[in-house]
Amino acid sequence: MFGQTVWLVLRKDFTIEVRSLEIAYTTLFFAISCVLVFAFALVQEGRAPEGGAAGILWIAIAFAGTLALGRTFERERQAETLRALLLAPAARPAVYVGKLLGIVVLLLAAELVLVPLVALLFQAPLFAHPVWLASILLTGTIGFAAVGTLFAAMLVRARSRDVLLPVLLYPITVPVIIAGVRATGALLQPEVDAGVLQVWLALLVCFDVVFVTLALWTFEPLMTD
Amino acid sequence: MPNWFLPAAAICGLMFATAPILIANAPYESTMGLVQKIFYVHLPAAWMFLLGGVLCGVASARYLFKGDPRQDRFAWACAELVVLFGALTLVTGPLWARKAWGVWWQWDVRLTSSLMGWMVAVAYLLLRKYGGPGSDKLAAGLALFGLANVPFIYISVNYWRTIHPLTTVVPTLPTSFGVPLWFSVATFVLLFVLLLRMRVRLEEQRARVDALYLSMDA
Repeated sequence: MFGQTVWLVLRKDFTIEVRSLEIAYTTLFFAISCVLVFAFALVQEGRAPEGGAAGILWIAIAFAGTLALGRTFERERQAETLRALLLAPAARPAVYVGKLLGIVVLLLAAELVLVPLVALLFQAPLFAHPVWLASILLTGTIGFAAVGTLFAAMLVRARSRDVLLPVLLYPITVPVIIAGVRATGALLQPEVDAGVLQVWLALLVCFDVVFVTLALWTFEPLMTD
Repeated sequence: MPNWFLPAAAICGLMFATAPILIANAPYESTMGLVQKIFYVHLPAAWMFLLGGVLCGVASARYLFKGDPRQDRFAWACAELVVLFGALTLVTGPLWARKAWGVWWQWDVRLTSSLMGWMVAVAYLLLRKYGGPGSDKLAAGLALFGLANVPFIYISVNYWRTIHPLTTVVPTLPTSFGVPLWFSVATFVLLFVLLLRMRVRLEEQRARVDALYLSMDA
């Protein structure tokens, strides 16, 4: 039952998205613009700064993620469908998980383009350890999206929601950004220290577990009028 | 206001007038000298900052799951005090650090987690002010997430070297340092309680006015 609701919410979002690809295209273009802005700001005399690639990658993910989060729920608000979604005889946490998975898949798709772009523009050996990189990106994206999906859903009914989403989201997701940047940075070193990577990855997994649990627990009271 | 409020406020004022004398008479710390005296303000402010944060998180959780509006008003008042005492902590800290460490700011675990905690409290107030109707629940959710976030920030920054003095020095302080410190802490606690009571009362009265408006419409 729970899994079925999750699947239905996810499929609904994808069907709508595939028709226009509005969020996918705008998020992707925005992420690429972000990387270019950093390239113009940081590259001097044709040389990229040492170790800047990890930070730039994660800033682009965070910024593009905020944009995607805002847009996903704006669509629900414009069509007045969030109320219908919440009125449906389905478990509220399942609705949350469906939305969360949609955002995670969208962001992972954006990362598929971002990672090669950053690797190319900043001469970073990001593909040297693909499994490590994939696990860092996956756990980091889930952590960021877990908090973001809950906050974006909560803010649907609030005034000045566009401004408030980043204001609330960034202070809370700081550990994800720190851990993501540090882990990716460790990956870019000539000699990869597996111990350091494991510590950061463990922190990301813990963050994911705690915040997904907390979101599932608070989604119900938060979405009730 | 309750009966105890005015006398307590008078005592608090007197204590604030006495504290500088006690602090001035405390001996100079051997390595840091005069600048160490900022510690008598910094430490109590930081403790009130923490206390406010914990109280705000707990009250928010209770509001979210029980729906008692009194808890909500309490959480709001606490969040404002967190911003106030947090600002005091974050201003007095760098003033001391400039002399002791030679830099205004270090990306140290305590400094970073304090700054992020303070940012969450400011975001909480922004949400309450600009979020419009229904922002009380959202703010409660934010406070809950903010509280859960503190250990993560702490762990994530803890891998960088730390140079902040540890609180374990506090019980070992000699009496000449301890008396002004604990007097200062007591003064700050009293101020915290007074401000909290006053702020909660303001919200109670607002809620009453709202209820009266609603009953007139009916």
